[in-house]
Amino acid sequence: MFESILFYTLAAFILGFGVLVVTARNTVHCVVFLVANFLCVAMIYVMLGAEFLAIIQVLVYAGGIVVLYLFVVMLVNLKRGPDAAPDRRRQSRVGFVLAAVMLAEISAILVYSAARPASAVAAAAATPLQTVGNTEVVGMLLYTDYLIPFEVASMLLLVAMIGAILLAKKEI
Amino acid sequence: MTPITPYHYLVLSAALFMLGVIGVMTRRNIIIIFMSIELMLNAVNINLAAFSQQLHNAVGQVFAIFVVAVAAAEAAIGLGIILAFYRNKETLNIDEMNILRW
Repeated sequence: MFESILFYTLAAFILGFGVLVVTARNTVHCVVFLVANFLCVAMIYVMLGAEFLAIIQVLVYAGGIVVLYLFVVMLVNLKRGPDAAPDRRRQSRVGFVLAAVMLAEISAILVYSAARPASAVAAAAATPLQTVGNTEVVGMLLYTDYLIPFEVASMLLLVAMIGAILLAKKEI
Repeated sequence: MTPITPYHYLVLSAALFMLGVIGVMTRRNIIIIFMSIELMLNAVNINLAAFSQQLHNAVGQVFAIFVVAVAAAEAAIGLGIILAFYRNKETLNIDEMNILRW
């Protein structure tokens, strides 16, 4: 009961803030709504038992990426909004149609997979996960089975850092 | 009230993903398009976490962490490109970003 109330409240907040991010005129408002959206998603992660992911979400997304966005929005401080293009109405219609087609596709997949029995899923659900904390489990996986992807991700971040510095320099 | 199943999370994630798609398709400000992409990546992460909980397997959370890392790299590079472009053309409208168009 309590879980249902929490889930529906959080879902309403997530979708509401998502709509505001997409529709708000002022870009700074968009960034603020994005922070609220990320925090609600972090609470969804806590509900799902992924505490480490929730902390990462707050630290990296709400703390890091969004601040980066805010810096760029402040740096480019536009006088006239770019959304004043003449044929904006037509493009919006095409965008909504495309999104509706994709939504229909995803719901078809959902309905199709809901109709089939999930015996393998039920069998896999028998083994317990939370004998130790969530962070320990994720850390063990990251540093044993997924060590090479982890190193590749760190290399990707290094390359992205150097690339961002090079791109943002006045002249190379 | 029915208990919350993974399907609830899947529907939430699909709706959030759709919001991101609508944002990418309808907005012309490239910063807002980037934010819509972040919304879509978040929807994917909700999916991964929901399946991780249902299957009692933490691998989904590991992949969600990789998604977050890639999103951070993408944001840094993308915003660097936006800044470099803005210095040259004084605009953020993607309709005017056509100097690479053939």
